[in-house]
Amino acid sequence: MKHTISVLVENEFGVLSRVVGLFSGRGFNIESLTVAPTLESSISRMTIVTRGDDQILEQITKQLNKLIDVIKVIDFTDEEFVERELALVKVTAEDNTRAEVLRIVDIFRANVVDVTPRTYTIEITGAPKKIDAILELLRPMGLKELVRSGPVVLGRGPKGWKST
Amino acid sequence: MKKTGSEILLECLVKEGVDTIFGYPGGTVINIYNDLMNYPIKHVLTRHEQAAVHAADGYARVSGKVGVAIATSGPGATNTITGIATAYMDSIPMVIITGQVPTPLIGNDAFQEADIMGITRPITKHNYLVKDVKDLARIIKQAFYIARTGRPGPVVVDLPKDVQIASTKFEYPETVDIRGYKPNYTGNPRQIEKAVKMLLAAKKPVLYVGGGATLSDTSEELGKLAEMIQAPVTTTLMGMACFPKRHPLSLGMLGMHGTYYANMAVTNSDLLVAIGARFDDRVTGKIATFAPHAKIIHIDIDPTSIKKNVRVDLPIVGDLKNVLAQLTEKLSQCTLEISETVASSEPWREQILEWKAQHPMAYKPSKTVIKPQYVIEKVRELTNEDAIVTTEVGQHQMWTAQFFDFTKPRTFVTSGGLGTMGFGLPSALGAQAAFPERQVIDISGDGSFQMNSQELATLVQYRLPVKIVILNNNFLGMVRQWQQLFFDKRYSQTCMELPIDFIKLAEAYGATGLRATKPEEVEEVIRKGLETPGPVIMEFKVAREENVLPMVPAGAGLNEMVLAS
Repeated sequence: MKHTISVLVENEFGVLSRVVGLFSGRGFNIESLTVAPTLESSISRMTIVTRGDDQILEQITKQLNKLIDVIKVIDFTDEEFVERELALVKVTAEDNTRAEVLRIVDIFRANVVDVTPRTYTIEITGAPKKIDAILELLRPMGLKELVRSGPVVLGRGPKGWKST
Repeated sequence: MKKTGSEILLECLVKEGVDTIFGYPGGTVINIYNDLMNYPIKHVLTRHEQAAVHAADGYARVSGKVGVAIATSGPGATNTITGIATAYMDSIPMVIITGQVPTPLIGNDAFQEADIMGITRPITKHNYLVKDVKDLARIIKQAFYIARTGRPGPVVVDLPKDVQIASTKFEYPETVDIRGYKPNYTGNPRQIEKAVKMLLAAKKPVLYVGGGATLSDTSEELGKLAEMIQAPVTTTLMGMACFPKRHPLSLGMLGMHGTYYANMAVTNSDLLVAIGARFDDRVTGKIATFAPHAKIIHIDIDPTSIKKNVRVDLPIVGDLKNVLAQLTEKLSQCTLEISETVASSEPWREQILEWKAQHPMAYKPSKTVIKPQYVIEKVRELTNEDAIVTTEVGQHQMWTAQFFDFTKPRTFVTSGGLGTMGFGLPSALGAQAAFPERQVIDISGDGSFQMNSQELATLVQYRLPVKIVILNNNFLGMVRQWQQLFFDKRYSQTCMELPIDFIKLAEAYGATGLRATKPEEVEEVIRKGLETPGPVIMEFKVAREENVLPMVPAGAGLNEMVLAS
């Protein structure tokens, strides 16, 4: 089962290494990982997508909490959340497929950010499933290169986490 | 007033109550060693950095204080790794200070540079690289705080040379506040209530006690709880000295080389209370058949230990001192229910006596060859109640756990989690440095002894009168046993035929050497060894192919013990 967790950590040298080392040292898998500072510059927020059953997830959460540099672990598995990801993809767009590519881009409200006579580079933001969908539709045209950022997540509702 | 980084480090150590450190100088710590001469801190120079860390470890285990070791950068630091990993696996409070090349050179493959932060990350509770001398005092305070609180553990502080030389105003922080580190010390009252109900309802209880009881100094609270409800107690290797074997409720050690009756009790219990223990694989055997009829209460200060290997019915996170006190407090209000519980668990205690009678801890005595178990029994007989015993790793370690009755807490020092050969001698050194007046005995095999034998020099130089017992069977005994039982006696690389004259070796360092080759010589040698001042090696030529039994083979359940070979 896939789980998304947000980890709030001290923005210090070596913290990323510590968290990733924890995952690899204990055989937990990382599907994707993003990290950036939060509202408070001394705290960074990591969003990690991992896979495993409930017992594994409990161990991961506890082991993360045990790290001195980890301030809070938020498990979004049981909560309502908003999930968004960014992808940049370079698509082959020859004479006969150029129009079709643009039509798909339009349907998904994506943007063309680079143009050459034979390719388009497209920017898509959305739920990971939306990105999967547009990639599937563009695949027959020929995908030259793809980079995905990994999802970031925020809980729905009025409450927001800030350090006091 | 401005002080240099190296002075600040030493000031901080003094403020933290450190009076003894173990270490080995080098280029990147030469400033510290220079300033050390002006401070009231005793430094013990070992002959290898691994030994310095093991010594600080032994010091911490017997005194309860934070052990401190210093090493230089590069190879000095990498020599500490085994020592740090040993302390990490057994949760020992330590601060290890390593020198580092100056900050501008970090990452340049400089002379004697090693990425000690990266290398020690998985084997430390936390580690720090000090990049600015202004952070140093705060970091040292935090390092000690992290090492000794919650579940204790080793903390590494990597200190570059230029930071040691730079100066700043020295201010020692009054308090420590780490927002990502807030251990929970008191058991949740609702969980305590549930635990009391379960304890009163149990007809076949077993208290399973581990290293946590040693680290939190709760042998008294444990005894009180056990006697209140008359629950049998089994200990792990790490919890052994918290509950004496001679106590009627004691089951001795459980697990792979535990007693028959301890393993049978756990397998048949209806309530297992884990007290500061972590259900290690040496203890549980095959998890699927571990304590199949028991509800499990798990009391530990570290939430990650709970439900890691074994399903737990009632977790209680907290410091044992608080939780055990909370439990006995609540129980003392239920005197009527307790007497009913004790009455209904009487058949259980009788069953245990039957198991004890069927297969007591024993060995085949001999008049012609020295049995290692006999030596251990004799050492116990002839040493003081508060003698500190350290061991190396292997068969002799298991025989010590089986045949030596420890009656005082913090008297048994052994590498349980990592199982490090070469730990015994240096940790005995550290223990003796902590308690110069007490008897300190290192029980060793011929293999393990050679891993850190150079520390004989340290013992003699600092007049640390450690008594070393070498059970010499000219084999790497434990591996040989496995080769006998599982590999058709194919003794690949376990036979150490070379006859080493340990007496000459001892004398080469200025220590005393004694040897016994026949059973009738054993008592005499031990007496003489204990009486002789200064460090002594007592070598005993023991039976070569003796096995540690009972044994739960790897992959088998606790009830599938091999009782005879």
